Amino acid sequence: MSAPLLQVRDVSKRFGDQLALHSTSFDLWPGEILAVVGESGSGKTTLLNLIAARLRSDSGSVHFDTRDQGLQDVFKMTQAEQRLLARTDWGFVHQHAADGLRMDVSAGANVGERLMGLGERHYGRLRAAATHWLQRVEIDPSRIDDAPRNFSGGMRQRLQIARNLVTKPRLVFMDEPTSGLDVSVQARLLDLLRQLTRQMQLAAVIVTHDLAVARLLSQRMMVMQKGVVVEAGLTDQVLDDPQHAYTQLLVSSVLQP
Amino acid sequence: MSQQTIEVHPMPLTTPQESRVAEMSALDGEFNFAYLDERTKRMIRRALLKAVAIPGYQVPFGSREMPLPYGWGTGGIQVTASVIGPNDVLKVIDQGSDDTVNAVNIRRFFERTTAVRTTTATLEATLIQTRHRIPETPLQEGQVLIYQVPVPEPMQRLEPREAETRMLHGLAEYGLMHVKLYEDIARYGHIATTYDYPVLVNDRYIMSPSPIPKFDNPKMHMNPALQLFGAGREKRIYAVPPYTKVESLGFEDHPFEVQRWDAACALCGAEDSFLDEIVTDDAGGRMHVCSDSHYCETRQQAQAAISSPVEAP
Ligand SMILES: [Zn+2]
Repeated sequence: MSAPLLQVRDVSKRFGDQLALHSTSFDLWPGEILAVVGESGSGKTTLLNLIAARLRSDSGSVHFDTRDQGLQDVFKMTQAEQRLLARTDWGFVHQHAADGLRMDVSAGANVGERLMGLGERHYGRLRAAATHWLQRVEIDPSRIDDAPRNFSGGMRQRLQIARNLVTKPRLVFMDEPTSGLDVSVQARLLDLLRQLTRQMQLAAVIVTHDLAVARLLSQRMMVMQKGVVVEAGLTDQVLDDPQHAYTQLLVSSVLQP
Repeated sequence: MSQQTIEVHPMPLTTPQESRVAEMSALDGEFNFAYLDERTKRMIRRALLKAVAIPGYQVPFGSREMPLPYGWGTGGIQVTASVIGPNDVLKVIDQGSDDTVNAVNIRRFFERTTAVRTTTATLEATLIQTRHRIPETPLQEGQVLIYQVPVPEPMQRLEPREAETRMLHGLAEYGLMHVKLYEDIARYGHIATTYDYPVLVNDRYIMSPSPIPKFDNPKMHMNPALQLFGAGREKRIYAVPPYTKVESLGFEDHPFEVQRWDAACALCGAEDSFLDEIVTDDAGGRMHVCSDSHYCETRQQAQAAISSPVEAP
């Protein structure tokens, strides 16, 4: 691999008197899955929102290796450029499906919306793409005209993933994608995510409180506590031989969301 | 909504025009030409100028209380009141007709507050205020068509957050509009939207044409007349200047199409006009007639003139 896909340098965020995220830096390589693990209030979701340009960082830069122009500082892009990037080469899977889906619009239109936004004006091709992506996320294509409001929690998350992947992004941000689901539904979703990220050589930053999610999906992980990355490394090494006292505590106990 | 609320100035229509305004002043105290005060008109004209400069863009304006309830076209009336002058000739139509209560009341309102000449003849009018139709007779340069708009935001149903739709317009992110059309095809097999069919103006802004039938959409394209749109409750004004590109949205494999009828107008025989279906008797008999009443009458008169030529004097 020649260059990182994403270079995060010294991003930080203060909310009033509280420093939610201390200066944080890391690189993400093409096809790599990074898990950001921590408890509620650790700053992990703030970090995710900063690097996805959904929240303004107080400092630093985020460079993304764009298809057309190579490494570009996302923070210096116009809002239009950021939003175009966010719906083409990036994806964002929300914890709550209602934040990432149009709940009363059919599954097919949910999947097709990004394509329509990019100028696809052929209904037949939109149908074909939606059918294909529903199958890829293991949703029965006969549900193509049903609205996600009538879907189960697991199906909604899978539809959210399909809606994001239809433009074949190279980087997907995920915020607790499996939390709130039954254990068996979680396992199926994790299997699907692992399979899709491998097949598509997709890079991802996954925020989770669940060490099992990190273990199953990620190659590397960062452990956060009180707005600081206390430990980072290869996932297996961190989980099998934690160095920081806080990581040791996490590994030995069940982490609360 | 009560019909009575708009009867604010009950007065016989037979009063001569000149004396009518004077009489109104005497009855109602001081009121300005076309009801609105000059400051308000200037404010609305500024919004109109901006709207004309940015075709299809919704300009906010300080909508005034009018002596008619919302839903009776207060947006269109304020626009008309701001552009009308003493030498204008006004036509008011509602669903194509000059004779509905709404049309009659708005026409009467301007007769009383401006004393301008009114007409039902499309080509005689310099200003045409309309609800739900564009006249069949092609408009000409110098004419102004003023639409009454209930819901100016074409994306409102799918995206109710106003800040969000404003941003989508600003960035020309219009995937959502095709989501709406996609949903139509998925549900009905074709684009079922027949009224208020969204258009792209001047290759830039998506615009609601107000609830005109999609039959009328092609008339907006490259029209020689100035088209102004006023939404009173939503406080928005927008415009399509003369000879502006107006494209109805569609898909390559489900293109925009206008309504067609197997029937011709039962009164004038027109095959090219927008037809209303009306029930003619208790047995459920039906016939199709032109929705544009002036167009239909003109054609009937022309046919009568041909079939029974006027005798020589
Ligand atoms: Zn007719």
